[in-house]
Amino acid sequence: MTKQNQAALSPALRRRRLTETGIGYLFIGPWLICFLAFSLVPFVISFVLSFMDYNMLSAPTFVGFSNYVKLFTGDKLFKTSLGVTFRFVFIAIPLRLAFALLVALILNRQSKMVPLYRVVYYLPSILGGSVAVSVMWRYCFSKTGVLNTALQAIGIASNISWISNKDTALWSLILLFIWQFGSPMLIFLSGLKQIPKSYYEAAECDGAGPLVRFFRITLPLLTPIIFFNLVMQMIGGFMVFSQAMIITDGGPMNRTLVYALYLYRQSFAYYKMGYGCAMAWVLMTIIGFFTLLVFRSSSAWVFYENEIK
Amino acid sequence: MRQKKAVNTVCFHLFVGFLGFIMIYPLIWMVFSSFKESSLVLSTVGQLFPSKWCTDNYVNGWSGFGGTTFTTFFKNSFIVTILTVIGNVIASAMAAYGFSRVKFKGRGFWFVCMMITMMVPSQVLVVPQYVIFHSLGWVDTFLPLIVPEWGGRAFFIFMMMQFIAGIPQELDEAAEIDGCGKIHMFSTIVVPLIVPSMATSAIFSFYWKWDDFMGSLLYLNSPKNYTVSIALKLFCDPTAVSDYGAMFAMCVVSLLPVIVLFLFTQRYIVEGIAMSGLKA
Repeated sequence: MTKQNQAALSPALRRRRLTETGIGYLFIGPWLICFLAFSLVPFVISFVLSFMDYNMLSAPTFVGFSNYVKLFTGDKLFKTSLGVTFRFVFIAIPLRLAFALLVALILNRQSKMVPLYRVVYYLPSILGGSVAVSVMWRYCFSKTGVLNTALQAIGIASNISWISNKDTALWSLILLFIWQFGSPMLIFLSGLKQIPKSYYEAAECDGAGPLVRFFRITLPLLTPIIFFNLVMQMIGGFMVFSQAMIITDGGPMNRTLVYALYLYRQSFAYYKMGYGCAMAWVLMTIIGFFTLLVFRSSSAWVFYENEIK
Repeated sequence: MRQKKAVNTVCFHLFVGFLGFIMIYPLIWMVFSSFKESSLVLSTVGQLFPSKWCTDNYVNGWSGFGGTTFTTFFKNSFIVTILTVIGNVIASAMAAYGFSRVKFKGRGFWFVCMMITMMVPSQVLVVPQYVIFHSLGWVDTFLPLIVPEWGGRAFFIFMMMQFIAGIPQELDEAAEIDGCGKIHMFSTIVVPLIVPSMATSAIFSFYWKWDDFMGSLLYLNSPKNYTVSIALKLFCDPTAVSDYGAMFAMCVVSLLPVIVLFLFTQRYIVEGIAMSGLKA
């Protein structure tokens, strides 16, 4: 009797599972179609194209590893752009995170004004990606710009154009990047709010000063958030493009030729699309390598509360 | 003790206020410059307030270039951005629900695929995407900017999944016993409960699309199709620009939609970022 029941049930159950699968694909359908058409297929094509010569006019021809060989042996600008990007990432990101943490620490207190300050400090991050802000930045750091005027007002004679001087141009881009520290700041702020007050009270009872409290309590408990911010910011930093294009357009003397800008020029100005794809895969390998490095190193410096036994 | 605390508070406000002022000074400077006489913009940098307020810059700037006015550019930007936001939010909410609450074959695999897309740099996809859109005949239309967004974004899907995880499973079971199907459950129970995360997604979707420069640069060729970002780039090109007042005026106008949206919705943004660690 029960066996019969089960036998009768199981096709019904199977049908239910089947409709469940149908419904599941119905829900993820739009995402799945776009993923296949605009991510997965291009991903595969990109890999194939990186071994080809392709200029969109004639059919692609297979050239083996020659794009990659040329990148590493015959392309001076490739090395230049890689150097610029590394300098940008390894200066701008630690500074942005440090600044974000510092401001978060300062703002982490009870005050009616804090929400207003939060808005003011976050505003640059909301606007920073726009063309308008890049244009504004160009005239803030030009010869007669805001920075020089301000420096002169406090008695420092400064007459250089920060964006067209080869030693300072990259720094003006780095400063623009640091200026947008708003989102890591907000993430730090929410992390700080989660640290129990009792920790600090106990430390104070034991006579720990503010510095000790910061290094022994705040910083270790924030390491998971620092880790998260570091990964996210690093990926974004390697891909920086529009600011470099609008503010300096790679100049002066390629000092701000970031990798993504050079890749764009190869692909869409010279129409060397296979070469551009090869560059993109090198970029992805680099990003993957550093992401893995951060993940691997995390066990040494990221602190999780459940480690306490 | 109390005195010391008061001094402390004053120092805090002075320092934070001053730093904040320095941070947004360039923006303030740009706004005031746009009201100066155009010829004085770059010669009176040290003077914040215009000696004579004039709105000519806005009139001159709005006339655009090549016979196309900023009315067209703004219209284009709004079309692209609004269609993107709608598609982004709907598709993301659907996918988030599918991944969280429907048990189907291949769910785990597709979820991993989705998470990986967050790590792949857009540069890897940009050339093949261009080739695909070119062969579809979509270049110089809005389609390459809008259609891919109708699949949602991994960031938003992931964020909404966090929200859905907070909805008790029992609610699903109770609804199911009452004979409520998954689709009905999604539209009547889940959507109303995840409105905050949908709002956050919509806001970020708006920002990212409004500011998107790369897409417009690649796919829009004729001035009548330009969005604000690419039009502004060409309008402000250092080799072409001569009317600095108009340039700043148009920069200010282009930021207005974003600033207005930000001021009205900053609560959602702050909470959204704190919850999911969205980059922006």
